[in-house]
Amino acid sequence: MLPNAYDEMLLPDGSHRAHYRGYGAWLQAQAPDRIARRRAEADSLFHRVGITFAVYGEDEGAERLIPFDVVPRILPADEWQLLEAGLRQRVRALNAFLTDVYHEQAILRAGIIPAELILCNTQYRPEMQGIDVPGGIYAHIAGIDVVRADDGQFHVLEDNLRVPSGVSYMLENRKMMMRLFPELFARHSVAPVEHYPDVLLENLRSVAPVGVADPTVALLTPGAHNSAYFEHAFLAQQMGIELVEGQDLFVRDDSVYMRTTRGPRRLDVIYRRIDDDFLDPLAFQPDSMLGVAGLLSVYRAGRVTIANAIGTGIADDKSIYPYVPEMIGFYLGEAPLLANVPTYVLRRPDDLAYTLAHLEALVVKEVHGAGGYGMLIGPAATRAELDAFRERILANPAGYIAQPTLALSTCPTFVAAGLAPRHIDLRPYVLSGREITIVPGGLTRVALRSGSLVVNSSQGGGTKDTWVLEA
Amino acid sequence: MLSRTADHLFWMSRQIERAESLARILDAHYRHALLPHTADVVARDWRATLSSLGVFDAYRARHPTFSPATAFRFLAFDRNHGGSIVSCLWAARENARAVRGTITSEMWETLNATWLEIRGYEPEASDGAIGDFLEWVRYRAHLSRGVTLGTMLRDEAFRFTRIGTFLEGADATARMLLARARSGQMPADEPAGPDAYVWTLLLRSLSAFEVYRRVYRDAVTPWRVTELLVLREDLPRSLHRCASEIYSNLCAVANDQSAETERRAGELQSAFRFGRLEHLLAPGLADFLGGFLAQVGDLGDRIAQDFLVPVTPH
Repeated sequence: MLPNAYDEMLLPDGSHRAHYRGYGAWLQAQAPDRIARRRAEADSLFHRVGITFAVYGEDEGAERLIPFDVVPRILPADEWQLLEAGLRQRVRALNAFLTDVYHEQAILRAGIIPAELILCNTQYRPEMQGIDVPGGIYAHIAGIDVVRADDGQFHVLEDNLRVPSGVSYMLENRKMMMRLFPELFARHSVAPVEHYPDVLLENLRSVAPVGVADPTVALLTPGAHNSAYFEHAFLAQQMGIELVEGQDLFVRDDSVYMRTTRGPRRLDVIYRRIDDDFLDPLAFQPDSMLGVAGLLSVYRAGRVTIANAIGTGIADDKSIYPYVPEMIGFYLGEAPLLANVPTYVLRRPDDLAYTLAHLEALVVKEVHGAGGYGMLIGPAATRAELDAFRERILANPAGYIAQPTLALSTCPTFVAAGLAPRHIDLRPYVLSGREITIVPGGLTRVALRSGSLVVNSSQGGGTKDTWVLEA
Repeated sequence: MLSRTADHLFWMSRQIERAESLARILDAHYRHALLPHTADVVARDWRATLSSLGVFDAYRARHPTFSPATAFRFLAFDRNHGGSIVSCLWAARENARAVRGTITSEMWETLNATWLEIRGYEPEASDGAIGDFLEWVRYRAHLSRGVTLGTMLRDEAFRFTRIGTFLEGADATARMLLARARSGQMPADEPAGPDAYVWTLLLRSLSAFEVYRRVYRDAVTPWRVTELLVLREDLPRSLHRCASEIYSNLCAVANDQSAETERRAGELQSAFRFGRLEHLLAPGLADFLGGFLAQVGDLGDRIAQDFLVPVTPH
């Protein structure tokens, strides 16, 4: 464990923080074998329900559970209010930035962000230039990764504005906790999250093309072999919308249709869980089997809404991340409520020199990377790994950013040896449509290996139920 | 609903039904094998069972000789043979997984649990274990049927699962009867002498023995067994029942291009509803069943064409 990490449950003197007192007393009163039985029950339920994910690079069809920890991550009402306000502000600014980048580009002309950082970025989609999207919303669903540092303050680690995943675990974890320990919910007033699918559907319907009275929404998935397929099927079912693959859709007369048993049916809003590159073989990757030929032209004509919009990757690119606090000032005239993590931008010679001199103390990330792939954690790396990464950085400094190794906060977690602190983060889901909605809490991810800071499920992370206590 | 979804539902229910039918066929086989037989008869019986399933050549391509253990493993546990029980349950589960948003969570959990259980399961070749296994397959099929009937909205999705179930059921009953038919002959309307036992076994493996007793209150004759399995509309697995279900469910999902398929399904049902057994069987039982299997195959193809193959844009 990193020294000085903030413990979400315990004060330095070992007593419980106020919002954990009720839970702490309950936990102490539990027989250890009851908890053990419940943990085993949770595992077998997750398997039976098939809440599994595929891991890239493993055998085709390999399915694993994301480990679920039964100790909840609890947030008191006042902390959540602060977080929520900060998240709303940040996502408003990010949507304003996307509108600007694909229209006037005022922020580039004002010299706040270097133009080449946008215009030469592979995440910038020239096809979107000058296209109006309903309500000026690009990032309809945003997953903002937030961590608490040793000073107890929240920092935004990453904005996920393309196809953020994990919300199904937020919902299933809550369902599981209520099933395993119903008495806990009688003792605490935990803000509900179960209505997320309703809010999401309403949000998607609110951004339908202008003039469509009763919009038809579908979720576009890459298919059953995608690592997040469970979530796609789950959300489609919960919202009562069709789960479609590219082969189920076609374009005719400037509209997108689903192939149904009763003939073609028009589609108005596509909640896509496919990256931009694969959406339309005519416009992007020509060999994509996942997308729909001609989709982009229908989209550009304003005859279908795609959520999230094409081209949102420019706003969550790690090379743009350092500028988000300035965006908030530029577009909203406000001071940021949530801070960034201090970031070294390696295209700047000073930052590069500092980073190379302190590599063993820093976390280095590829600017286009995601999911914990392609990143260096200095303190955990071997000499050889550091040297190899140094070469990669020197070959293309602009491709990387670096951040100090944050002492992420910890939360007690059941591991083989019993209850022990493990590092956690938080991904709240921010929905933007006619208005902004955030279901209280989000997904708490936990790094299960002792001392590890990597919470990604693809890298052995687990999850916890997240409680926001009502005031 | 999406054509692809309908396709998955159709095949999901066919595969469950097929797994159950295989268990019934193997069950009939093993009950028969309990009679005293020479090795020749045992081999002949396996050949008859494999042929009636249409997998005789596939078996021979893999195994040069017959042994009861090899044949059983081939039909029950061979993951490389698409027609084995384990492959059917896998395919049913994969189809369900592709449409888990359309079926109820209870259905998905039932099919998934079936798969999780069979995955690590291979009974030893002792007859007791095989019997337990076959009973387990039938039990899981009962559960799947129960959860479908008990939880699913009676919408288009439900209709397509029913069409799949009864097309497969019609196919299975016809094949089981076919295994008992002698080429060019009518089934006899008198107790079948030394052969009587196979007809009783056929009834038992279709869960129809007690029904037979209740309906006829008389000795088992091949003619009456045939009549029961072909013409009785109130017997769940009879050809008449299956044809009626196919027709009525097809009518409920009819679209612009399905009129001819409906007509053919209706024609098939009418033959059972208004036909006499002696007319139906005029060409001999084997030829009649061969013709019926061809009609069922044709309906399956036409349904795929009308509903399941994605409509082409132009």
